[in-house]
Amino acid sequence: MTLSGFVVRNTFRNKRRSLLTMISISFSLLLLTLMMSIWRTFYIDQGPPNTAKTIITRDRVSLAFFLPAYYRDKIRSVPGVVAVAPMTYFGNVYKDDRATNSFAQAVTDPDEYPKVAPDKIVPPEQLLAWQRDRTGAMVDVELAKRFGWKIGDRLVLQSPYFPVHPEVTIRAMYTVDPPARALYFNTKYLEESLGWFKGQAGWYITQVATPGDVAPVSKAIDEMFRNSPQRTKTESQQAFRLSFVSSLGNVKAFILGICGAVVFAILLVSCNTMAMSIRARTREVAVLKALGFTRQRVLSMFVGESIALSLAGGVLGVLGAALVIRGLTHSPAAIGIPADMSVTFPTMVLSLLVAASVGFVSGCLPAYNASRTNIVEGLRHIG
Amino acid sequence: MAIPISYNVRNLRLRKGLTIMTALGIALTVTTAIFLMALLAGLQRAFVSSGNANNVLVLRKGSEAELSGGFDAALFPTLKVLPGIAKDSHGDPMVSGEWVVVIVLPRKDGTGEVNVTVRGMMPDGLEIRPSAKLIEGRWFQTGQREVVVSKSIRSRFSHANIGDTMEFGKGSWKVVGVFDAGGSAYESEIWADVNQMASDFDRQGGYSSAYLRATDPIAADALKNRVSDDQRLKLEGVLETEYYAKQTRSGAPIKIIGIVVAIIMAIGSSFAAMNTMYAAVAYRGREIATLRVLGFSRPSILTSFVLESLLLALLGAVAGILLMLPFNGMQTGTSNAVTFSEVVFSLQITWQVAMYAVIFALAMGLFGGLFPAWHAARQNILTALRG
Repeated sequence: MTLSGFVVRNTFRNKRRSLLTMISISFSLLLLTLMMSIWRTFYIDQGPPNTAKTIITRDRVSLAFFLPAYYRDKIRSVPGVVAVAPMTYFGNVYKDDRATNSFAQAVTDPDEYPKVAPDKIVPPEQLLAWQRDRTGAMVDVELAKRFGWKIGDRLVLQSPYFPVHPEVTIRAMYTVDPPARALYFNTKYLEESLGWFKGQAGWYITQVATPGDVAPVSKAIDEMFRNSPQRTKTESQQAFRLSFVSSLGNVKAFILGICGAVVFAILLVSCNTMAMSIRARTREVAVLKALGFTRQRVLSMFVGESIALSLAGGVLGVLGAALVIRGLTHSPAAIGIPADMSVTFPTMVLSLLVAASVGFVSGCLPAYNASRTNIVEGLRHIG
Repeated sequence: MAIPISYNVRNLRLRKGLTIMTALGIALTVTTAIFLMALLAGLQRAFVSSGNANNVLVLRKGSEAELSGGFDAALFPTLKVLPGIAKDSHGDPMVSGEWVVVIVLPRKDGTGEVNVTVRGMMPDGLEIRPSAKLIEGRWFQTGQREVVVSKSIRSRFSHANIGDTMEFGKGSWKVVGVFDAGGSAYESEIWADVNQMASDFDRQGGYSSAYLRATDPIAADALKNRVSDDQRLKLEGVLETEYYAKQTRSGAPIKIIGIVVAIIMAIGSSFAAMNTMYAAVAYRGREIATLRVLGFSRPSILTSFVLESLLLALLGAVAGILLMLPFNGMQTGTSNAVTFSEVVFSLQITWQVAMYAVIFALAMGLFGGLFPAWHAARQNILTALRG
């Protein structure tokens, strides 16, 4: 029997203990992987490459305040700007209040929107149809699949913010990776039914010529409106997304705190198990040593066992986290969770590394004690 | 006959290392749960303590918040003479027309910008909010470009000390005083004279809200209905307590994340506790059999082991609470879903939070102890005695 075979056999010989330890570690690592994935999505990811040239201008205080329509033309005059489209959040309620029926609905300008969202792919003839029909709407292909919509279907929308029930016709369907699951319809259609909304927009999406233009153009736009009645805040799409997160409070410290607690918790669990399992084998260790196994050999055997157990738990946890995130991003009820969130390969490796290090650290002390047992006393030891 | 608890206590003490490590694991889970519950308790306190049962807030009909409203100043005299309003120190009705705006200030530590509520009020506004106490300097004076800031604003933003000037609106404002609002939502505000504010933000001739101080809570309720029912006014009266209670929904995201995290960690800890208890049972096979021979019944063995597990969990809960106590009162902020500005609140480890933490830990202990205890109670006496 090889050494590694011996280690694996030993790891799973007390099946219940190993199983319980593995489950315990796996839940902790699930949480850790989840937290790391959230961290990565919010703070490290730069978003899809197509959005690197997109910036968003909104009211400096809050998205709840609309910007005047003339801001659009002023933004257009800034050097480096390719296209500007208005966008206003209409709501996320469809049919009833059920979360499963919820998806984002927004109004925009069909003529210019495709230019600021080049990552959305639409068949040209459908796009033309949407642009020609003022009551038309463009929906995500995935969304259409979910509700069984076809081109030409008519939907009645409702909004918690606007007291109207516009009836729109689906004229176009777009594909985007990751799915955006949103519906867009014409700003003008909303303006016609709501007089006071005329000449306003929630925010402006601007496409700049090169990624290098993002910073200077953002600055120029905010500088331009510095003395206007409504000051603006312009930022990259990623920063815009992040601003929703940072408004919740000190999220970074929060995530780090949870990660710290989780790592410490698995350390305790793993340490506990190893102490128990080695204590029960005092006699065996003495036999091994009597057979001529060196202290180093015994030490490495136990440490190896500890690492194997933690890693097994780690694999389960990472897989669990991947499933949870997949479920979250694909569940229609999850609003505000970025659809592109996933457990990436580096995150997996990092999680497993944490698991292995925890196994190593927690195995060291009990294994060291075991390797030091006196052979004669160990042989005499009873259970 | 029941097995005395001292038997379990001694057993826990006998295997100190195992007990401490398992209890610490439970303690960590409890710590996380306490942290989240304390956050929510603090947030709730900030909103609940902001409202005074005697105060009626008047908004434009249909507007949900002070920020989204605004009504003509010509309506104000009508409000002033409504019955049931208390008298201020000068013998006049205690009412305050106010303007609320949100400004953006950079954080002192350079970690970005924060929305802050600035409230312009009439002199009576201070009398209407007796919970806010001046701790340094003096209140702002009518007709002057002066502001008073809350204690937490002073500590979180630069240029917010007495004698400093703040830049917002159309110019600079002098900081003349600091007030303590006792952890209420006012703790996140800057106060100034309403007329000065209105002219800075081009809002003369109107108010975003008005505060009426009734003589007692019953009069306040009557006043609220009177304002809402008056067809000429097109205004809506809200009790201040209700207005703030509604804002606690700002804590919903924290709540959801908190529940998910706490549950996942609790499952992990329960399995760890189960492991420890199984080990405890395995070590004591012969002992349990002896107890059975002595006449202790199966149910009493089951109870004894469940009790031991609960004891272990309780130890963890106490350790968790002690670990979190130093963080009691720690300040943090989150975005207020109604005012769009940051609301500052502090962690509150109340008795209720501590109690929930203990219940939470006991649930883990129960789940972790039940199966091993069942296993212990069902052991065959003869085999166990021989083993």
